[in-house]
Amino acid sequence: MPHTPAAIERHTIAVIVDNEPGVLARVIGLFSGRGYNIESLTVAETDAAKHQSRITVVTTGTPMVIEQIKAQLDRLVPVHRVSDLTQEGAHVARELALVKVISKGNERVEALRIADIFRAKAIDSTIGSFVFEITGSGEKIDAFVNLMVPLGLAEVSRTGIVAIARGETRM
Amino acid sequence: MSTAPDAKLAQDTAPLSGAEIVLKALAEQGVDVIFGYPGGAVLPIYDALFQQNSVRHILVRAEAGAVHAAEGYARSTGKVGVVLVTSGPGATNAVTGLVDALMDSIPLVCLTGQVPTHLIGNDAFQEADTTGITRPATKHNYLVKDVKNLSKTIHEAFHVARSGRPGPVVIDLPKDVLMAKTEYAPAPAKAHPTYAPRTEPDQKAIAQAVDLMLGAKRPILYTGGGIINSGPDASAALIELAHLTGFPTTSTLMGLGAMPASDPLFLGMLGMHGTYEANLTMHGCDVMVNLGARFDDRVTGRLNAFSPNSKKIHADIDPSSINKNVRVDVPVVGDAGKIVRAMIAEWKRRVAAGAKPDKKALADWWTQIEQWRKRDCLAYMRSTDIVKPQYALERLQALTAHRDDVFISTEVGQHQMWAAQFMKFQKPNRWMTSGGLGTMGYGLPAAMGVQIAHPDALCIDVAGEASILMNIQELSTIVQYRLPVKTFILNNQYMGMVRQWQELLHGSRYSESYMDALPDFVKLAEAFGCVGLRATKVSEVDDVIKEMIAVKRPVVVDMCVDQKENCFPMIPSGAAHNEMILGPSDKQPGTGGGNGGKGPISEEGMVLV
Repeated sequence: MPHTPAAIERHTIAVIVDNEPGVLARVIGLFSGRGYNIESLTVAETDAAKHQSRITVVTTGTPMVIEQIKAQLDRLVPVHRVSDLTQEGAHVARELALVKVISKGNERVEALRIADIFRAKAIDSTIGSFVFEITGSGEKIDAFVNLMVPLGLAEVSRTGIVAIARGETRM
Repeated sequence: MSTAPDAKLAQDTAPLSGAEIVLKALAEQGVDVIFGYPGGAVLPIYDALFQQNSVRHILVRAEAGAVHAAEGYARSTGKVGVVLVTSGPGATNAVTGLVDALMDSIPLVCLTGQVPTHLIGNDAFQEADTTGITRPATKHNYLVKDVKNLSKTIHEAFHVARSGRPGPVVIDLPKDVLMAKTEYAPAPAKAHPTYAPRTEPDQKAIAQAVDLMLGAKRPILYTGGGIINSGPDASAALIELAHLTGFPTTSTLMGLGAMPASDPLFLGMLGMHGTYEANLTMHGCDVMVNLGARFDDRVTGRLNAFSPNSKKIHADIDPSSINKNVRVDVPVVGDAGKIVRAMIAEWKRRVAAGAKPDKKALADWWTQIEQWRKRDCLAYMRSTDIVKPQYALERLQALTAHRDDVFISTEVGQHQMWAAQFMKFQKPNRWMTSGGLGTMGYGLPAAMGVQIAHPDALCIDVAGEASILMNIQELSTIVQYRLPVKTFILNNQYMGMVRQWQELLHGSRYSESYMDALPDFVKLAEAFGCVGLRATKVSEVDDVIKEMIAVKRPVVVDMCVDQKENCFPMIPSGAAHNEMILGPSDKQPGTGGGNGGKGPISEEGMVLV
């Protein structure tokens, strides 16, 4: 109920939609129009034959708001399925980031060493720069990016979270 | 309430233009009338319209009128209302009506013209991003970029508009698509590959609900527009359920007519301007059965004081309505009519198996309710000279009560609430009002749409003088099609509800709520070709109403009423159901309102609309 403060929860929700024009705008418009939070949102076609895309959205809210978000998503006409990965059991969630570091001398060596510890790959290199590719949980990427700040961090590009249920469960 | 596709129409397969496909698809969907306004982008459709006879076009005077007319048509027939407007301003003028239909769950299909596909995005003449603008204003929308998808899209749009919780659907049609040719595709057996909202209720949920109902000591049925949308059988089922259980029944604004107002079990409308007995029964109940209503804020008042001691059952076709505003104990997703039928069957089965409802408790509950009824909360100060708006409506009710074919629409404001209180609806689909959005200017075009669907019926728009001016141009349409629509203006020269709130909340500072230069409505009516009548005294009221009904032409009645009358009962914003203001004497600080003697309206309440 409003008036009784309820704990804010973070949920990862997967949505299978028809890959048609405007479908992402519908989802984003739903969140902005009803005042829901989007922490991360990813979308790409996952089944070319059926013209279906998968949207992964990380959102926060009270349990009542989370329930609303799922019900509101589910009633959009091009939405096929809505799955609350956080609620429905264990899932794996990963994010990919490209991190550009511009530095020289010791800082450059240290950046490469830390990248190795984080199992980040250098996918582009010049005399003065690296671009690292790193995957992992959002927290792991945050930690890596923070460590790169004093070592010449120049630019970060992140995909946002993609997630899938563990085990034999399928959407 | 679907309209059966007509297979015969889909036989020949010669290539047709997009515009011809539009009309053929409409005909196959059972559409006999559309409301529209031409313009450059839809000229091909108007040309095709000219060359056929199955679909009748009603030429409105502004696109807003077209959408509200289609709403009135849909609401009074249970069919999908259809609108045709041009690109750009045609589409943007339709937006308010689309949101109105979305809020009140009215099935509409709105065809909008669009600039040719190769010009989309170039800021072409009369271009607007119609699908972008109407995305949050519709249940769903489409932009058809290839004529090959056109028939399929139209059939799908009708399916979406009328399935599940009904709503408006926009189809945006670029002009080149309307001119390109292809073969017509008849409506498929499965209208949409995946969109199939649940209508059959879960039997376990029904059993849980009936469990609570059988154990109830102080029950109430709280019914809404879902019963109306489900069709006339849902209303019949509701009456059966109420009489089977003996439960008192109240209705939202949108649900009026589902239960006959004359039924002794009916407590009248609930909510902000609902009856004392309905609101106190809601407040004090121990089991609330919500059938097709959505716990709107006009109904609940202050949420944390809303029916605090009840177990709540909520039947709704839209899962997102459940636990949105009010947490409920037993949700039942499905069609309201099917749910009521299932409840009846389960109740009978359980009673046959020995379950015993608490008749003694129910009788005590009714004794209490009768006490509340005795407050006669709709009473008002009578006058022998000046016309009270309530009196005018009481007389309108009395002088039309013998007829079975009375359809009432309203604009928005005090007159709307008085109409809801004083007009006694005996059947569903007889009451057209803008509930969710509260759109002034709705009533006249809505009455026009109703009259198109029911040519011989008595269609009355109960209006205020402020609202009526928002779509007054439709009088011209009404005259063109010789529709005997009656416009019944309760003229108090104020935006009455605004004035009432200013009196109650803003120290009687009537900021911009008085209209100093109103037209002479009688002359205005005559200028449009209608009959204009006026009453200024009590002694003239009956004669004017009788003449209005007797004249077989469009009539505008200028009913000059008390300027200062307020609409009571009233639950002030932010107050609870048991904190109603019952009348003028109740609004002084400390004398009522139940707000700890601080006057009727709290600081928090003032923020609310």
